[in-house]
Amino acid sequence: MVEGSCPFIKNILLLDSEGKRVAVKYYSDDWPTLNAKLAFEKSVFTKTQKTNARTEAEISMFENNIVVYKFIQDLHFFVTGGDNENELILATVLQGFYDAVALLLRGNVDKREALENLDLILLCLDEIVDGGMVLETDANVIAGKVASHSVDSAAPLSEQTISQALATAREHLTRSLLR
Amino acid sequence: MAQPLIKKDDDRDDEADYSPFLGIEKGAVLQEARVFNDPQLDPRRCSQVITKSLYLLNQGETFTKVEATEVFFAVTKLFQSRDLGLRRMVYLMIKELSPSADEVIIVTSSLMKDMNSKTDMYRANAIRVLCRITDGTLLTQIERYLKQAIVDKNPVVASAALVSGIHLLQTNPEIVKRWSNEVQEAVQSRAALVQFHALALLHQIRQNDRLAVSKLVTSLTKGTVRSPLAQCLLIRYTSQVMRESNPNTATGERPFFDYLESCLRHKAEMVIFEAARAITELSDVHTRELTPAITVLQLFLSSSKPVLRFAAVRTLNKVAMTHPMAVTNCNIDMESLISDQNRSIATLAITTLLKTGNESSVDRLMKQITNFMSDIADEFKIVVVEAIRSLCLKFPLKYRSLMNFLSNILREEGGFEYKKAIVDSIVILIRDIPDAKESGLFHLCEFIEDCEFTYLSTQILHFLGNEGPKTSDPSKYIRYIYNRVILENATVRASAVSTLAKFGALVDSLKPRIYVLLRRCLFDCDDEVRDRATLYLNMLVGDGSVVETGKDVKDFLFGSLNIPLINLETSLKNYEPSEEAFNIDSVPKEVKSQPLAEKKAPGKKQSALGAPPTAPTSSSDAYERILSAIPEFSTFGHLFKSSAPVELTEAETEYAVNVVKHIYDGHVVFQYNCTNTIPEQLLEDVMVVVDATEAEDFSETASKPLKSLPYDSPGQTFVAFEKPEGAILGKFSNVLKFNVKEVDPSTGEAEEDSVEDEYQLEDLEVVAADYVLRVGVSNFRNAWEGMGPDCERVDEYGLGVRESLAEAVSAVINILGMQPCEGTEVVPNNSRSHTCLLSGVFIGNVKVLVRLSFGIDGPKQVAMKLAVRSEDQAVSDAIHEIVSSG
Repeated sequence: MVEGSCPFIKNILLLDSEGKRVAVKYYSDDWPTLNAKLAFEKSVFTKTQKTNARTEAEISMFENNIVVYKFIQDLHFFVTGGDNENELILATVLQGFYDAVALLLRGNVDKREALENLDLILLCLDEIVDGGMVLETDANVIAGKVASHSVDSAAPLSEQTISQALATAREHLTRSLLR
Repeated sequence: MAQPLIKKDDDRDDEADYSPFLGIEKGAVLQEARVFNDPQLDPRRCSQVITKSLYLLNQGETFTKVEATEVFFAVTKLFQSRDLGLRRMVYLMIKELSPSADEVIIVTSSLMKDMNSKTDMYRANAIRVLCRITDGTLLTQIERYLKQAIVDKNPVVASAALVSGIHLLQTNPEIVKRWSNEVQEAVQSRAALVQFHALALLHQIRQNDRLAVSKLVTSLTKGTVRSPLAQCLLIRYTSQVMRESNPNTATGERPFFDYLESCLRHKAEMVIFEAARAITELSDVHTRELTPAITVLQLFLSSSKPVLRFAAVRTLNKVAMTHPMAVTNCNIDMESLISDQNRSIATLAITTLLKTGNESSVDRLMKQITNFMSDIADEFKIVVVEAIRSLCLKFPLKYRSLMNFLSNILREEGGFEYKKAIVDSIVILIRDIPDAKESGLFHLCEFIEDCEFTYLSTQILHFLGNEGPKTSDPSKYIRYIYNRVILENATVRASAVSTLAKFGALVDSLKPRIYVLLRRCLFDCDDEVRDRATLYLNMLVGDGSVVETGKDVKDFLFGSLNIPLINLETSLKNYEPSEEAFNIDSVPKEVKSQPLAEKKAPGKKQSALGAPPTAPTSSSDAYERILSAIPEFSTFGHLFKSSAPVELTEAETEYAVNVVKHIYDGHVVFQYNCTNTIPEQLLEDVMVVVDATEAEDFSETASKPLKSLPYDSPGQTFVAFEKPEGAILGKFSNVLKFNVKEVDPSTGEAEEDSVEDEYQLEDLEVVAADYVLRVGVSNFRNAWEGMGPDCERVDEYGLGVRESLAEAVSAVINILGMQPCEGTEVVPNNSRSHTCLLSGVFIGNVKVLVRLSFGIDGPKQVAMKLAVRSEDQAVSDAIHEIVSSG
């Protein structure tokens, strides 16, 4: 929709070590059907599989799109943009996603942990990009918004765990009151 | 056997493939969704069920309309719960289900309540959800709250409203435009991301108002923009304004350039890169302006981050296409990138080096590439091969080392696509560089000695049959060809037999020997090979003795089959064996409406790694076949030139039409390629009515309407004009006329009655360049000397004030429509004078060579000396007329 003058993210993919979906989100109509999406994921996965994208984010081009990617354990993170996009903006979004997930999973970043906390991953995607527009790139802020469900998004995560504890306590209280 | 296999699978599932969602099914999850209706809600349980449904949707599962509605209504119940986490999941689920208009009403009040909640997180998310699912009427009701939200002190709320505004602008522009005061206030926000979102929205609101955008840029470039993302946006808008405004002609200074340059010193790499890229993309960028941008990009080349290296080398690669000299400073850094781990970076580095290289560095480069080629994937090799091909066309004198390189890599391992790219390149070089012909053919012969791809072998044999007999010593190819007959599979054998026959037909001295070879093929075990041999023997030999080759035979061997193969196939299938022999004339010659090869999507950019445009392929052959198959046009003779398609409609209109101008000696045929982009319409009896009152010398002789034009299946209609011989110019106005039938898109059936309608197209001109073929020569000086000064005409012209020398040179090349030779179309930066060499063939098959000398003085006055040599004085004069009237 707003391609060209404004940075536009076409999709964000989180795949496992066999190329299967953990969570994906598409914002452009370039891949209208499920099969087109799966085919894109497969080709991106197989072509990047052998590269070493564990310390620094790597980058490549597919079908006139730029894809930046980074791997950790058995999780593969991808962010796709058009071929005119500023590569560094895409890399910033990728890094934001990657770091936010690491914060939310408290360092245990692997497929099992990601699936067990899939709600957090999905909320995280929702807070990073809205309809292709970059919403937030700072991993602390993203993770904060997802984890705390609270007002103060800029607070560091260590404090948020406390507020989260308070929230759960409140929840218990209300439940016992309702009973 | 099956038992242990299954067991192994089970083992693996237990260890690695553990998943909390293992084996979940849509049906079961929909059952579980009933807990949403419980009077006592369990938030945790409900969250889990939503997560499960989202997981299913994310894996590609779809809900039917009924299921989606059911889940949606159940989810709306969850607004009763005050659990924050659950509410977030509810928001997600509603967005994912994208409810229909009558369903939206159900949640509107709940969401509006959340929008005014005290909890910021509710407000932000409710805004995003509501704006995503809302329609115009509802939007007016919530507009007041959205305006407030834009200037909310919480950045998350403000951003949510602004981003929603950006999306809504696509559907409800008139409403969003009323918010510009609030948005303007948000641009001044202290929160980085709010500023970014506000700037994006403000620009989109005003993008059609050039003055307003210019004012916006002027004020912001002076102020402070905090977020790097917003800074990137501002750089984009600034370069947009710069594109539209003219530089100060006296000093050559551009407004805002200082701002771009200052961004090169920004602390965020994202901004530095955006600014550097913007500078390199300025129109007619000066070397002085380029230098600082190139310097920062050069620093990026040695960064430890692959993304930075990639971004820099990709930008430099683009710069190298227009300003190869400016990039040469980076060559050393670029050469070290040839061994980069990331192969995309390495390939871009190589192709950049190939573009910036001058004639003297070619040999050294080739040596480096040879090492590099062995360890990259085929797709990258293809890009390199294409770069080498264009390098060779630029420096034809270097063909020897480049051709050697191609033949070397041809001998190495590689897949079909890669080998095909090499073979195609060699074929193009043979066609365009006459000196390279013999060695090129020899390399191809070597290749088919050991080629595993039948397709390539037959292509090469076919090419050999056409080109080989015209060389100085055709006999040396016979051995290679006959070896195929002995050693290959039936397809290649048959094709080798045809090639032998072509040599026999054209080279009389070889005829007796070919005769003997073909006789041997009569005993082949494959019937196609035997049949071909028998046929050719009969053609080459009359009454048992070797005779002169007749014209019929040559036509048969070298002429093209002017019948669409698909039609021939259907006719042959329908033919029933009888007394009457199959008559090839009975095959319809009309081409069924099928997408033409050149009909590429207009916005589609070419290959990503900056591969050079592929050399002109023989699409004119395809045109010639289509045209000669139409009886009305078959008498026009040889097709001289077909222009590139010219668009006659704006992009994204109801009907897309472009035209190809086909030039014959005494006629012009306009081929209108039409596409109907409305699924609800079927067009019938489509024709273009051409008004030629502004083209007096042309008279319409034939028009060929298109019977039907269904949705999204391009078709062609033709109009032919008679004209006097020579380069006659004219302007034509066009109207598309047709009958429209309504189509029900669900069934695809058209209604009975049709309505007559017409559609105005843009005007079309036949210009002088349409009469000149772009044909290069390998050695311009030799050709120039060889032509002699007999029909030379020299004159001088003043071109007035021009933006730059390069702009003047490319303008003249475009007017003349001729082929620049020896890379002289590139003007080195800062030069005050330039010589450009052009060659071409004028209608009537007259060779033309042009030597253009340009000079530019202080106030950018450009003068040009035009020297034309051709085989015909009238043509030399005609070229001068083109320039003096253009």
